[in-house]
Formats: sequence, structure tokens, C-alpha cells
Amino acid sequence: VIGASLPRKEDGPLLTGAATFVDDAWPPDALHAHVVRSPVAHARIASLDASAAAAAPGVHAVLSAADLPEGTPPIPMRMFHDAPLEGYLQPPLADGVVRYSGEPVAVVVADSRYLAEDAAELLDVEYEELPAVTSPEAAVAEDAPLLHPAAGGNRAASFTIEHGDVDAAFAAADVVVERRFEVGRHAAVPLEPRGLVAELGDDGILVVRGAAKIPHVNRRILARLLGWPEERVRLVELAVGGGFGGRGEFYPEDFLVPLCAVRLGRPVAWTEDRAEHLRASNHSREQVHEAAIALAADGRFLALRSRFLNDTGAYIRTHGLVVPGMTAALLPGPYRWQAYRCDVGQVLTNKTPAGTYRAPGRYEANFVRERLIDEAARRLGADPVELRRQNLVAPEEMPYPTRTHLDGHGVVYDSGDYPRLLDRAASAFGWDGRRAERAAAPARRRGVGIAFFVEKSGIARWEYARVRLGPDGDAQVYSGSASVGQGVETVLAQICADGLGVGYDRVSVVHGDTAVVPDGMGAFGSRATTLGGSAVLESSARLRTRLLELAAERLEIAPADLVLDGDRVGAAGAPAVSVPLAELVADGLAEEAVFTSEDMTFPYGVHAAAVEVDLETGGVEVERYVVAYDVGRAINPQLVEGQVVGGAAQGVGGALLEELAYDGDGQLVAGSFMDYLLPTAVEAPAVEVVLSEDAPTERNPLGAKGAGEGGCAAAGAAIANAVADALGAEVVRLPLTPERVLGLVREGGRG
Amino acid sequence: VKPAPFEYDDPATTEEAVALLADRGDEAKVLAGGQSLVPLLNFRLARPDRLVDVNRVSELDYLRIDGDVLRIGALTRHSALERSADVAARAPLLTDAVRLVGHVQIRNRGTVGGSAAHADPAAELPVAFAALGASFRARSTAGERTIPVDDFFVTHLTTALQPDELLTEIEVPLPPAGTGAALVEFSRRHGDFALGGAAVLLELDDGACRSCSIALLAAAPTPLRARAAEELLAGRKVDERAAADAAAAAVADVHPTGDIHGSSDYRRGLVEAMVRRALLRAAERAREAA
Repeated sequence: VIGASLPRKEDGPLLTGAATFVDDAWPPDALHAHVVRSPVAHARIASLDASAAAAAPGVHAVLSAADLPEGTPPIPMRMFHDAPLEGYLQPPLADGVVRYSGEPVAVVVADSRYLAEDAAELLDVEYEELPAVTSPEAAVAEDAPLLHPAAGGNRAASFTIEHGDVDAAFAAADVVVERRFEVGRHAAVPLEPRGLVAELGDDGILVVRGAAKIPHVNRRILARLLGWPEERVRLVELAVGGGFGGRGEFYPEDFLVPLCAVRLGRPVAWTEDRAEHLRASNHSREQVHEAAIALAADGRFLALRSRFLNDTGAYIRTHGLVVPGMTAALLPGPYRWQAYRCDVGQVLTNKTPAGTYRAPGRYEANFVRERLIDEAARRLGADPVELRRQNLVAPEEMPYPTRTHLDGHGVVYDSGDYPRLLDRAASAFGWDGRRAERAAAPARRRGVGIAFFVEKSGIARWEYARVRLGPDGDAQVYSGSASVGQGVETVLAQICADGLGVGYDRVSVVHGDTAVVPDGMGAFGSRATTLGGSAVLESSARLRTRLLELAAERLEIAPADLVLDGDRVGAAGAPAVSVPLAELVADGLAEEAVFTSEDMTFPYGVHAAAVEVDLETGGVEVERYVVAYDVGRAINPQLVEGQVVGGAAQGVGGALLEELAYDGDGQLVAGSFMDYLLPTAVEAPAVEVVLSEDAPTERNPLGAKGAGEGGCAAAGAAIANAVADALGAEVVRLPLTPERVLGLVREGGRG
Repeated sequence: VKPAPFEYDDPATTEEAVALLADRGDEAKVLAGGQSLVPLLNFRLARPDRLVDVNRVSELDYLRIDGDVLRIGALTRHSALERSADVAARAPLLTDAVRLVGHVQIRNRGTVGGSAAHADPAAELPVAFAALGASFRARSTAGERTIPVDDFFVTHLTTALQPDELLTEIEVPLPPAGTGAALVEFSRRHGDFALGGAAVLLELDDGACRSCSIALLAAAPTPLRARAAEELLAGRKVDERAAADAAAAAVADVHPTGDIHGSSDYRRGLVEAMVRRALLRAAERAREAA
């Protein structure tokens, strides 16, 4: 059943309302926490008096930094650790200084959220305001106020990825395009905000419901912050209303809410409201690049370089250097370069801390590179598709060492037929015909844009699975992976069904409970299928082998001649000769596996967009959107298509609508859904998906590459190229708000 | 985002409602559809001591054509206005306008009176009322009065209603048959508040403007009649050129408030384009009606 678009196992409970989300899991005696957040971007806390708040009706506790256990460490990095970043980590509650508007200053726990919010107004905090740093470039200016003077400057880390002689290549080039690019700050914004219910049981075990993405990792972090052994902490994942990278990381509330439950001996619930979410959960994407491309007169790409700043906000959170690291590693894309250099600065500003969001670092990189290529094409008078084709890495060059690296691992593209996918995309889109089309109405103009990208999948290189077969013939998969709505239960069940030789309907999948699944890495970076699925395949295959060996002994038939058929094992072609599982394995039989892959896999794809621009309003309408994506092997093609369509909607949102804008004082001015504009069903384009399986990977037994992020990865690039094409203007900044588009209209008119 | 504490009453009649407002009007807010007030309460930007919920005052839920006047009860839901065939036939500007209000769920709940009393200059119904020359009936325990639209909208989110007054009805004079109407706006997404727009009523006489009414959306602290543009157009043939001239005149003295979605300059240019488009569309409809 691998390769079949089977209906999702998840849908029944979700559609009938049987699924339990964290807000459905409040115990009747739960208290409710409300996090009091800094109203200012940068200030010294001169005084904090909680007495009036603590005395308010229904209040059980008010905690500020002074009330945390002595020596509570800041929230650690879980990936891409870098020692110099340690001094920039976030404490669970602001300790003497607040560094962004929205930073947790205190927690109020009361009988209801209403009473907690009433009491929060009585918390008396005196802020002595400090100057705020609100852009990455201002952060690295010479006289910039420092966010973390004890740790060092606002540039928390710098590194360079480089190969070849970049300067020589630029000196020898016939065409050089150099531009400054900006990608706007936006965020994952899942439908369901974060939430937790924490309760200390009579057995001394702290149970935290509402975990997502990485329950086992967060259990480790929570135990460390509490100073407890891991065994006393249990994290439970419930139904999750979307993740996309932002949700499920370890945030201050993931410590504060359990701590309150422990302190008070009562269950404590907390649900992030939307206004909170926009200020508290990870932001992403904000980068400023000075980038350049060098070409020979015949169109050959010679060199690519960028010097960029990644605005990571006020603290380093769990992702460490993941986002800028991804940008630097994957900026070269699917092309051959003689030389490449990327100088990276990870920069602190007085804004909400940033982390990953679907295609982190790549959305930004693809925008920069693909814009440069289109500008070069314009300079050369070349067709953008042809110029790209000329420079693609050829299939016979695979595996292709890019000579970049990611977290210490060399980036070697595993497989791919890039030219073939470009052809398929261009043909599905009707590139040649569309390019010829021009303005429909007098005040409108049409344009087309294309962008090619290489994704990565399967970061954090192992996953755990255990597969059990019961005497009744039902199989259970215990996976260290997690569900963030992507359909992981369905996919793992399909893999188990084939690996073990049982029906899809007989497989159930358990995940996300640290008391039931001993270990796991979770669901992020397009890894659940490639690594989680491979672990399931291996444990299923082992289980099958053992089972058939047992049956072979009993029936005195070679294992190769046996089949598992429902609740019996029997001779192939002779069903009468069989043994019931209940006799063979009365208590069931289980096998586990940890699948490890040193190297990531590299899916690749093409986005093509047709837009129509209103020359008077600056409005951009996406008329057509095609994504061609090669995932090696699609376990469930319909789920892959769903991933691509959803990703494209989010990517187009970041290209046209979504921007977490700040004013000069460091206040978030897009702090509600009135101003933070997600695409709705009307704005999201109808996405045509060209699903390709040309290039299975050899880096896992499924041949599969992750499918989660390709729908998003090049949307900014494709939309920008299409708008540039429509207007004959250079697009160097996202999102393309109507006013910015009108600026381009004027620029195009001059050009 | 939970509201601060408040007292709550839900009277069943206009009389009870105005009695409650007479008693504590200064500290009270009238709750109708709640589409603007409830978010303000939840963000604690509005903190009334008391809410007078008029949703049970069903006597204020009506749409009636009375000679050449359309009477809209203040509690009429947007969706009722949207679906009214009479309104579509006799005051199609309101149909144009109400279709652009938020989303279906908002229109099912939001009320025409609430929209008027909230007085957001970026809202569609107030600007349509300005173009139509509507009047607003208000009641208090002291009696009833009728407020013409030019006096009703005072400034951003502020009307001439006194704290003890309840808006009960909007009186809309019906335009003569053959009038072309159009409300055109631009918003960043479907259903968002517009960044700029215009409502136009236009009567043609052999292609020339016999009478016209132009009101601007999101151009000023209140819905704004563009009288200079109306005068400029009088007697002129309404073509591209005339529409462009009128649009330029309409925004000559306009200084919209800018925000992250568009600066003042951007919005002025946008309103100009919307006036031109609305005039041309209204002219087309007037010709079709002739």
C-alpha cells in the first residue's frame, strides 16, 4: 500500500469531534495561568510589586523571576549549539531587563483566566526604558545599544561558508548583478495556538499535556530546568492544530506552567491567545542580504556571494544557528558554481525571538538567488527558464557535493534529474505561451515567474520505532515521531502494513507519549517519513522475519514459503497448512529499531506563478500557481499534494500579505489578525501539483525524501519574479504590499 | 484576551433599553451584533461598566419601504439587508456596500445600526449612507430626534448620539429610478476593511450628469461627501476624462491617516482611483437602467 492515496487514519476522530485538543483536556479542578508580558521593547525593571495582584480575588500565585528556583538555567539550544551563543539564551522570566515587547515578566495563576487577567492589571512593574534596536542593520551599527552586554555585542555569531576563488570569479565575469534584498519577518501562525495542562500526580510524576513536535526532547529540557530526573516527567501529545516549525519548541511557558502546577499541587492550564501568540511564539524569516551573482557572457554561472544578517530577535532560542545555517548551506541551490561565499551574521534586536518556520532559511535563500538569476537573465536578454537549465547540476553528476556544509556535515545532493523536472514544470505551466501574454485591462499587467530550489529533509539523523503484532493479527506502531497534522499516522501505518505484511486497517500508530514510547526525535525538518518511516520499515521487517522463523519451526516449512494472513501464518498457496498467531505468539511479538542516516536527503522542485498586477492599487492577484516537486518516492501521494498546496498558501502569504512589522520603539504593530494578514481561501491560489518520483534516495530504504516544505520554499521567489516580470521592475523586498508594488510600478515606468 | 468585569442587561423593548441608558448611559455601551465591540472588550480597549444588550429588542429588526423612503431598523442584520430584493431594486448602493462588509459570519451577526453607531470611516455602510443622504433616528427617555447624516458622523468612531440615546432607525431616501449606483473599494484581502473606496450615485441626462453624489471611504475621520467633485461633474458628459477630473477634485483636500497597510499618500491615490472607477461603473449602470 506504499504509494497509494489511502484515506487518513487521523480524519475520523477529527471530523467527528472525537479528537482531543489541549483545551479539551482541562481537568475540572484546573487553575488557569496568565503570562504577564512586557509592554515595552527594552527596559530595566526598576521595581516589581506583586502584592496587590496576589491579593486579588481567585488568585493562587504570582511568580516573577525572583520566585523561580535558585539557579534556574535559561532555555537551552536543542540544535546547532554554538558556545558563544550561550550568553544570549532566554530566561523563563525576565530577570532585571526586558528585551522585547511581549517578554514574560510574571505568571498569575487564578481560578479562571478572567480573574488572572484582572489580577495581572494590578501587577505593579516600573520600567526604566532603554533605547530599542529594531532592525538588524541598526543592531550592528557602531553605537548600537547592546541587548546582552555581558555576553557580547548584538552580533551573537558570525561564520563564513566558502569555496573557490570568489573574488577572481567576479573579476573575470562579464555580467555582475549585485543587490540588497530584504525578507520580511513573518511566522508560522498555526490555526491552534499553543497550550498546556500540567499536573503533578500522586505518584510524583509531572504530566504535561499539550506537547507537540518533539515531546522527548522537551521532556529532557523540562527535567533539566526543574532539576529533576527525566523519569519524573511525562509529556503527552494530544491532537495538534498545526505546527510548521513554530509550535512545539520549548518556550518559557513550557517551564512556567509545569512549575506552577508543581508549586500549587493543582493542575494548571494555559492556552496562548492569538494576540499572545503573535508576540510570544517564534517569528522567522527576517534577513537582509547584500548579494551578487557573476556570469559569463554566454550565460554560465561563475560565482555567487552573499553577506547577510539574520534578525533573530531578543534572545537565542532553541534553534541556535539553524535558520542562518540553512540559508548559507542551501543558497547555491540546484546550480553549478565555480565559487561561492556566504558571510553570516546572527543578530539580536529588541523584537520577539525568532526560530524556524516551514522551509526555514531556504525561503529567504531561494528568494535572493532566484531574483538575482532573473535580473541576470534580463541583463543578458535570456529566457529565465533557459538560463536556469543551462546551469543546473546534471543527473550524471549525482551525488553532487555542493562544498557547503550544515552543522558540520557536508551538503551532498543525493539524487535528482533537475533538467527533467524543469521541463515538466515549464510544460505544465505553459511557460512559453504565458510569457507572451501581456496586459488584459488597461490598468492591469501580467507577469510570470519561475524559481528552482533544492530542499533538504531529515535533519537530526535518527528515529526510533517499535512494532508489535498481537495474537489477533492487529499491529501497533510506536513511533518517536510526532503528529503536527501532516498525516504521520497514516503514512507510518502504510509503511508498517507493507513491511510486516498486514492490512492497513489492522495497523494503529501510537506516538507522542513519553511514558509509552521510550525515545524519539519528533517531527520537524521534513523527517517524519524519511527517518520515522524508515525506522518503522526496519522494525516491521525484523518482526516479520522473526515471526516467520517461529512459524517455520512450528510448521516445518521454510520461512520464504510462509505468509502472514490475518491472525494466522500459513503456507503460501496452501491456506490449510497454518498456525494461529494466538498459538505462535500468545503474548504478541515486538521488534524495535533505530534508523540512522548520516546524510540528509535533498528533494527539489520548481515553482511557477502567473500574476496580474493592478497598476492603480498595487494589488497582486495570483492567477496560476504550479509546483513541481520530486520527493523520490511518495508514500501517500494525496498527502504529499496536501503538503504542497498548504505550503504554497503559506509561502504566498509571506510573499504578499504577512509581515510582523515593528515601529521605531520596538512595538509590534501587526499584533492581531486585523493587521497580520494570513491568506484566506480567496487569496490562496489554486495550486497545481506536479508530483515527481524521478529520483529516489539511497539514503533510506524507502527511497523517500521529505515532502513537508517544498510547497513553501520558493513561493517568495516565484511571486517576486512574476511581479518583477509584470512591471519591468526589480523586486528586492518581501512582502510585496500594495504600496511597495505601486513604488515598483513607478520604477518600472521609468525603466 | 478576556474582558474586564462589566454588568449586563438584555432588555426586550426599546423603552426598557432607553430607560437603562437614561439610568447609567455614561458608563454603558450598547451591544448589538458585537462585531466591533466584543474584540474591543476582549482587548480591554473598551471597558464599560455596563453592557445594554439590545439583541432581544426585536421591534428594531425590520426593513420597510415607505413611499420614497427605506426604513431600516437599527437591529437589522447585515445579511437581511444583503438578501433584500427590495433593497437591491430600489437602493442597490446598499447592496453593493453590504456585500463588502466582512465575511458571511460577520454579516449574519453584525447589525446595520451597530455599523452606523460604531462610525468607522473605513466601513462600507456609513459611506453609503453619506452618499444616500440618510438620516438617523435616535430615542431617549426625553423623546425622539432625527439626525441628518452630515451631523451624525462627528469624527473617527464618534457620532452625535448622546450616551442616553439609542439609535432606532436609519431613514434612507430612495434615489429616483434610473440612478446608477456603485460602491468600489480596495482591501488587502477579501473581507478586510478597505484601504480606500468611494460610493457614487449618478443620474444621467443624455449621458451628462444631472445629479450625483460622491462619498469617500477611509479618506477622512468620517465618511466624506466630495462636493467639489460633484459640482465639477454637474452637466458634464461622464466619460473617462470627466471621471478622472472629478476623482482628482475629490481628493484635492483629502489627507487620509496612514498605517502599516498604506501611507497617507498611497491612500489618497487609492481613493482617487476608486472614485474614478465608481463613477464609471455608476454611469454604466445608469445607462443600463435607462
